[in-house]
Amino acid sequence: MTSTDVGGRAAPPAAGPGAGVGPQGLAPTPTGRGVRSSGLTPYLFLAPYLILFGVFVLAPSIFVIWISLHDWDFLLPGKPFVGLDNYLNLFKQGTVTSGPFWSSMLATGKFVLYSVPLLVVIPMALAVLLNQKFPGRNFFRAAYFAPYVLGVAVVGILWRFLLDPNVGLVNYYLDKIGIHANIAWVNETPWVWAALVGPTVWWTLGFNTVIYLAGLQDIPRELYEAARVDGAGRWDQFRNVTLPGLRPVLIFVITTTILASANVFGQPYIITQGRPGIETRSAIMYIGQEGLRDFRMGNAAAASFILTLVLIMVSLVTFVAFRERKER
Amino acid sequence: MAQTAATRAPARGRTAVAGTRGPSAVRRTTFYGVLILLTLVFVSPLLFMLTTSFKTDVESVSATPTWIPKQPTVEGYRTMLETAQTPVLRWFLNSLLAATGQAILIVLVASMAAYALARMEFRGRRVLTGMILATLFIPPVSLLVPNYVIVSQLGWLDSLPAVIVPGAAGAFGVFFLRQFFISLPHELEEAALLDGANRFQIFYKVILPLSKPALATLALLSFLVNWNDFLWPLYVLFSPGRLTLQPGLSTLQSAFSTNYATIMVGGVIASVPVLIMYIIAQRFVIEGVSRSGLKG
Repeated sequence: MTSTDVGGRAAPPAAGPGAGVGPQGLAPTPTGRGVRSSGLTPYLFLAPYLILFGVFVLAPSIFVIWISLHDWDFLLPGKPFVGLDNYLNLFKQGTVTSGPFWSSMLATGKFVLYSVPLLVVIPMALAVLLNQKFPGRNFFRAAYFAPYVLGVAVVGILWRFLLDPNVGLVNYYLDKIGIHANIAWVNETPWVWAALVGPTVWWTLGFNTVIYLAGLQDIPRELYEAARVDGAGRWDQFRNVTLPGLRPVLIFVITTTILASANVFGQPYIITQGRPGIETRSAIMYIGQEGLRDFRMGNAAAASFILTLVLIMVSLVTFVAFRERKER
Repeated sequence: MAQTAATRAPARGRTAVAGTRGPSAVRRTTFYGVLILLTLVFVSPLLFMLTTSFKTDVESVSATPTWIPKQPTVEGYRTMLETAQTPVLRWFLNSLLAATGQAILIVLVASMAAYALARMEFRGRRVLTGMILATLFIPPVSLLVPNYVIVSQLGWLDSLPAVIVPGAAGAFGVFFLRQFFISLPHELEEAALLDGANRFQIFYKVILPLSKPALATLALLSFLVNWNDFLWPLYVLFSPGRLTLQPGLSTLQSAFSTNYATIMVGGVIASVPVLIMYIIAQRFVIEGVSRSGLKG
């Protein structure tokens, strides 16, 4: 590799290994791994990104704690330091701030509880269904994924229409099949939860399906053949080959789906608008309203810090839980 | 693309459908029945949105919904365009500028950073890589309030930079491209170095041309994400003329109450560009998503 073959390609001024000393005076490492670079070059390449990263990711992730320790009204000049007061107010029972905050956390928790199982199980079934060779496979996969490329605002106004109690398509067809209830999907419990979870499943199911499909393709065909030779039926194959093979993907899907659902915002903002009362107002709706509309930023920052801790904890717990079951 | 695959391969897939040979005609019919039913579930709401946008407002709230407009009309489109409160063309343009601007910014900035992280050795590389990776786990909600303050300090509130620049700081693009650059063969780079090229020349003349598919996928995904972003633009943009489409859509209910034909016009305008992109580049979108999902 050193001399003639490479040199023969064109004409580095003076052929031969010694000429490999580049303009920066550094030679390619013999293994071919990363070429050593002179002092500044890598940092110049990194600089534009690092500036953005510093200003909009690193700084704010510390700044949020700083804000949470102050009575930070965006519109007022004075932002007095209040220590942990914002946190204490959020934890003190029955105050005007703690009530709505925990109600929003509860709403978020309910949404996670109702949506995640559906978004973990249904896409897996779909992926298994699609993970076979048959004409039209790509077409169906594309069709199921299609809603995912829409924005949540489109999904919101569309389903607000379809779920309209009086003129919506959903109640119309329910009526047709004999359910004449005129269900108030968008402002009565428990229907509001269906009005949030249903459209969310419709919207994001394709994403998890595609992730599962990628995972299924990594399971060696021979394992299925071996199982079949051993006389395993389709269900046995699923239990003993598919599920264990999917485990890493499954952990990924569960974790990301919990996080995505815990970050729910657009659906309740548009479809139920938090109704009835503030029953379906999610944590992010609370933070947005409190911090960026009413400008009580200290309190909103404290709330978002608590939510962040909860989210990190939840993802660690799911991760560890699924890890351990594997080792047992 | 999908269609051709569907029509081209009838013989190949026949026995594979049910896995076993069995009474395959019945099984195949059930199988396709289920698949087609599901397709209807996913696609028909979109079709209903489209056809409703061509109804009169009266027909859109009729007690017996129609799938095909009885008197097709562009009344809804006209109402939307003529209402000063909902300058939808302006929103469309703003969304286009924001999504294109952010996609370009991300590809530019992330490709350079990813190249350094993937192919150069320098002090602090591992720490930096780890730190950037770690921020993938910071829930975006924790940055909402402080970034609002930062953006207002920069004087960007209620203007396009607010929805273009901060979003480009995410770590996703860097890791997406880093992964790709690592997989490129070293030989070309070394040859170019021997030819006396410097790092910047190698980057522009060797690495970037080799990475076109990855760069295109990243640009596409970034465009889609920005086009569909709702939470952030909802709060940092507020004048009707400054909004992008997604926050704009959320104001339609107060502007048109239950004139659903007009409201669906907004939905159609916001979906058509991304659906067209999706239909054309379907494979890139799905593969990009599944690859990045697994690596994320």
